[in-house]
Amino acid sequence: MTSSLRFRAGLVSIVLLAAFLGIWHLATRSTAPVATMSPEYAKLMGLTATQGKSAMPGPLDVGAKLWEHLKRPFYDNGPNDKGLGIQLAYSIARVGTGYLLAVLVAIPLGFLIGMSPLLSKALDPFIQVLKPISPLAWMPLALYTIKDSSVSAIFVIFICSIWPMLLNTVFGVASVRKEWINVARTLEVGTIRRAFTVILPAAAPTILTGMRISIGIAWLVIVAAEMLVGGTGIGYFVWNEWNNLSITNVIIAILLIGIVGMLLDQILARFTRMVTFPE
Amino acid sequence: MSTFDNPFDPDRNLQAGCVCGQHQSAAEHEQATGLRCDPVASEEKRYEGVVASAVMRAMFPQDVARRAFLKSVGASTALAALSQFFPLKTATEVFAQTGAPEKKDLKVGFIPITCATPIIMAAPMGFYAKHGLNVEVVKTAGWAVIRDKTINKEYDAAHMLAPMPIAISLGLGANAIPFAVPAIENINGQGIVLATKHKDKRDPKDWKGLKFAIPFDYSMHNYLLRYYLAEHGLDPDTDVQLRSVPPPEMVANLRADNIDGFLAPDNICQRAIYDGVGFMHLLSKEIWDGHPCCSFAASREFITSAPNSFAALTRAIVDATAYASKAENRKQIAEAIAPANYINAPVTVLEQVLTGTYADGLGGVKTDAKRVDFDPFPWQSFAVWMLTQMKRWGQIKGDVDYKAVAEQVYLATDTKKLMTEMGLSPPASSYKSFAVMGKTFDPAKPEDYLASFKIRKAS
Repeated sequence: MTSSLRFRAGLVSIVLLAAFLGIWHLATRSTAPVATMSPEYAKLMGLTATQGKSAMPGPLDVGAKLWEHLKRPFYDNGPNDKGLGIQLAYSIARVGTGYLLAVLVAIPLGFLIGMSPLLSKALDPFIQVLKPISPLAWMPLALYTIKDSSVSAIFVIFICSIWPMLLNTVFGVASVRKEWINVARTLEVGTIRRAFTVILPAAAPTILTGMRISIGIAWLVIVAAEMLVGGTGIGYFVWNEWNNLSITNVIIAILLIGIVGMLLDQILARFTRMVTFPE
Repeated sequence: MSTFDNPFDPDRNLQAGCVCGQHQSAAEHEQATGLRCDPVASEEKRYEGVVASAVMRAMFPQDVARRAFLKSVGASTALAALSQFFPLKTATEVFAQTGAPEKKDLKVGFIPITCATPIIMAAPMGFYAKHGLNVEVVKTAGWAVIRDKTINKEYDAAHMLAPMPIAISLGLGANAIPFAVPAIENINGQGIVLATKHKDKRDPKDWKGLKFAIPFDYSMHNYLLRYYLAEHGLDPDTDVQLRSVPPPEMVANLRADNIDGFLAPDNICQRAIYDGVGFMHLLSKEIWDGHPCCSFAASREFITSAPNSFAALTRAIVDATAYASKAENRKQIAEAIAPANYINAPVTVLEQVLTGTYADGLGGVKTDAKRVDFDPFPWQSFAVWMLTQMKRWGQIKGDVDYKAVAEQVYLATDTKKLMTEMGLSPPASSYKSFAVMGKTFDPAKPEDYLASFKIRKAS
């Protein structure tokens, strides 16, 4: 039953993809009438102007270009032109660093806040104010104070991925079932031991859900941050190709950003499944 | 700018003063007569020229005698004779050597537009390497980012819009940090592009209510567009909308009908035409022929902490600029700067910009060899003009010491010294008068100039 459902779902996915590509192909065919112009003039103009080619590339253009990129993902033509593999590696490294720093801060802090109702109440207004700030709004401030653009980008990742983790940790720690804590207390388990053997396993699924939300946000933000500071990374690649109005390359980058984001999410989803327990 | 002359030319004057005797120096004479010599092929030749001039001057303190000598024996014989008893080659080598740079590995930021041509091409074409530097040119996302990265010392020097170093030094839109401009990048090379649907609206008087994009508030583009509109009776603050839009977004916005036109740096103008979304209404050259656009800027701190690196960098830029100013090199340059590592644009577009033979977007092919040109000398009068416009449009409030600011930011004196050492003949004065849309600007009377404008922001 499940296997047939999976098969049918897969079939629908493929049909949808084919329909999408078909419509895309039809919509971007060159249909505009070719303007008459002198050959001398036409030589100086782009294909959009001379052959009525749509400004939007079709799926075939994108496929050909993607193949070109996949054939040599790690080329390095100097500081401003590197292969897609290298750009993605830069972005993932930035996200990884900022995200790990956020984990190191958010989880212990979340534990403290969650275990102490006083701190929880006292820090709440600050968290509520800081949480909804768009991460990119920190960028000018970060550039100004940190005075280093790559560290600023990491800082922006850090600041945007910390809140979901912090809030989820606080929530997970605070909502551990009272009976379990009472049992631990009856058995005279110390605070630290209680935190690690009772609260941590109980709160782990909630904490990991927070981490999963965070990695998604971090990946969303890195692209925008790199477009802003430039230099390296997939966001810079998008910006550089946009500069050249190469929509083909921008579409390829969008596709890759989606795939990497999905992979990151899947990794965290697997971790979440590992710590989930039946009640 | 007469860059290099031949010291063995009997008609050339090597003494102070000019050929015709009416001017203080040869440079001033040329400025007055509008002469402009092409640079000599190589730097070695140029240094040789400087040394040879000195030797000739020493041998023939009387100009008349030198001329007579040259006329009778001919230049090549004179050179051969001179080389026999004076080691010209060795002297040239010694002369060309300068202090070792304190810092060899430098980072220079640029925005991918043709204005940055000398900064960019100096990397692939080896001008930095020739002056003993290892420079990485880094493409940057926008003017504000380039400003912040240069202030943060991530970049040692950068490509900036000509008014930006002034604005930064004055603390407009940023903390006041002293910046300096040793060289202008390009002159001319911008344009007003309108969306194709406005092809019958060529008179600016009909432009009321249109939306225009400019690259940055502190840009020549902003001042030139405002000037142009105001001269045609439109108040740029109330009659039209001016938006600060990063250059790459301009073409996309023009296509999407979000803006009606823009005054933008080139390759963006030509790109809009190439993609069939706009046409060239006016080259910025027609507003002010010879206007500066972008500059090469560095912080005072870098200049004082690494003076030799800075000098070598300036020499490389001046060298590249001299190379770029020659029409026959332009095609080669277009190919060198087109790849994704540098400007990342179709070669055809860059070639049209640099060679000046371009499609105008209305079906015609136009030719203007001076569409963009390159001249490194940082005229202080340029800075004074920009200050008058900053004040005119309310960017500066209160009194301005025009001269002091201009002299602090635009390093005409240092560049002059450097150019002389390199065998170039920089102009004698750092101020020159010029005309913007037929109206003469006298750098000595900025306040009068400012007062003469009817349309300005009420302060």
